[in-house]
Amino acid sequence: MKIKLKVWRQKNQQDKGGFKAYDVDDVSDDMSFLEMFDVLNEQLVKKNEDPIHFDHDCREGICGACSMYINGRPHGPEQTTTCQLHMRSFKDGDTITVEPWRAKAFPVIKDLVVDRGAFDRIIQSGGYVSVNTGGVPDANDIPIPKKIADHAFDSATCIGCGACVAACKNSSAMLFVSAKVSQLAMLPQGQVERKTRAENMVSQMDDEGFGSCSNTGACEAECPKGISLENIARLNREYLNAKVTSDNI
Amino acid sequence: MILLWNVPLVASDYYTFNQANHMSWFTNAMSSSIGKKVLMALTGLFLVTFLIVHLSGNLQLLLNDGGKAFNIYAKFMTTNPVIKATSYLLYATFIVHIVWALIITVGNKKARPTGYAVQPGNVSSTWSSKNMGLLGTIILVFLVIHLKQFWYEMHWGGIPTANYDGMEYNDLYAVVNVAFHELWYVVLYTISMMALMFHLNHGFKSAFQSLGANHPKYNPLIKGVGFIIAIVIPALFAAIPIIMYMK
Ligand code: HEM
Ligand code: SF4
Ligand code: FES
Repeated sequence: MKIKLKVWRQKNQQDKGGFKAYDVDDVSDDMSFLEMFDVLNEQLVKKNEDPIHFDHDCREGICGACSMYINGRPHGPEQTTTCQLHMRSFKDGDTITVEPWRAKAFPVIKDLVVDRGAFDRIIQSGGYVSVNTGGVPDANDIPIPKKIADHAFDSATCIGCGACVAACKNSSAMLFVSAKVSQLAMLPQGQVERKTRAENMVSQMDDEGFGSCSNTGACEAECPKGISLENIARLNREYLNAKVTSDNI
Repeated sequence: MILLWNVPLVASDYYTFNQANHMSWFTNAMSSSIGKKVLMALTGLFLVTFLIVHLSGNLQLLLNDGGKAFNIYAKFMTTNPVIKATSYLLYATFIVHIVWALIITVGNKKARPTGYAVQPGNVSSTWSSKNMGLLGTIILVFLVIHLKQFWYEMHWGGIPTANYDGMEYNDLYAVVNVAFHELWYVVLYTISMMALMFHLNHGFKSAFQSLGANHPKYNPLIKGVGFIIAIVIPALFAAIPIIMYMK
């Protein structure tokens, strides 16, 4: 199949940037979206043009690197990552517009690559447990009800891709932060720092310039890992409870 | 999610690594993105209770008694001390809801300085959820006109009077009756109630989510009550001027 691409090109953070049109012929149904970009980039390199810069790493849907805003939706028309999106989701002759994530907290570095350091700084502010792990504990040493373990695991599947921010009209990071806070709030290991974690991670999230949550649900609809809005409600509870009852005055 | 208000079991937290800030914990909490939304939710839900009371009064306009029940009710609402005190709380609630709506909406716009070239449409979220500010603004414009026409007249305007059982009452019914026979007002009223419908269709359940209440046991109830509130209340409000216009 033949595809027409409109891709955001931007030399660096200062550059204003703009769309550039490309034609990609010989696209196979079975190619992933990133492989289609590889084909295009090979052609650009052969023509001595600057290849299109985009983030990718695992190419198997687990690292969250492959941020692309495709035809008005993060990671394109399927609820998956860009590396797991295949060209069979498009039709011969389609024009596909590809943009970087847009958020004040995610500045564009080059072309489709954005700086998601804000997520790292949010994690650094509390998304961990401060216990030395020591030897491997016996399985079932700490009893955790199966349901709780399942919920915590669901929250833990967040890969930090930022699609929630990209999808949200407010560029809110609530789904990401709520997944991280929930995962630890539900498990015994997370209890010690539970309240301070919620307070610090929300405070860091606000400092980074993410918007607030209007509960539109666009994040949940676009999240490749199906992180649920229940996490955001839990974060609201965790945060309010922490603010009212923690020792941080 | 297992517990609705799963209060943590551990009493003490490490506070040594809490980021320094110079605000009181309360100001800090309320100025956070979550705190602002909590205030929005609380004021919004209080406004919903106001709507129910207001509607119960308005429905008396439809009684065939020349406005007697409505006028007696109106007098009660403007003179009873408890109601008067509550009305100040209501004015404050409106102001906070509107000012915070502005603060939140402006802040959210700032979080995305460069927009997308291609918009998603309504595939991943509803239109109302993305346009609460626009819907609120329509309600606000209506509110200003509405207050000028009835509330201002009732309190400070020259208003005709009516006598029931030897007692004098402001004949607010007459003022309403005149207004509800003006086509432009009936149209404005109906459009505004449609805006309220969409505002509440997202707003009611959104408020519960903002307050952290999201639980499979109660979600169907919140959804159901929210739907009834969002559809029935504005529809009944709008029906009154339409019926009176056609009478
Ligand atoms: C009787 C009138 C009104 C009622 C009953 C009402 C009710 C509500 C409720 C229940 C919410 C949900 C709160 C949440 O998401 O947590 C809400 C949100 C909102 N309201 Fe109102 N409201 C009214 C009037 C207004 C007015 C006059 C404005 C603005 C001029 C306004 C602007 C907003 C905005 C912008 C939001 C969404 C905030 C966000 O999540 O981004 N509302 N309202
Ligand atoms: S919550 Fe979902 S969309 Fe957001 S960063 Fe995590 S995996 Fe990505
Ligand atoms: S490249 Fe790792 S998730 Fe797509």
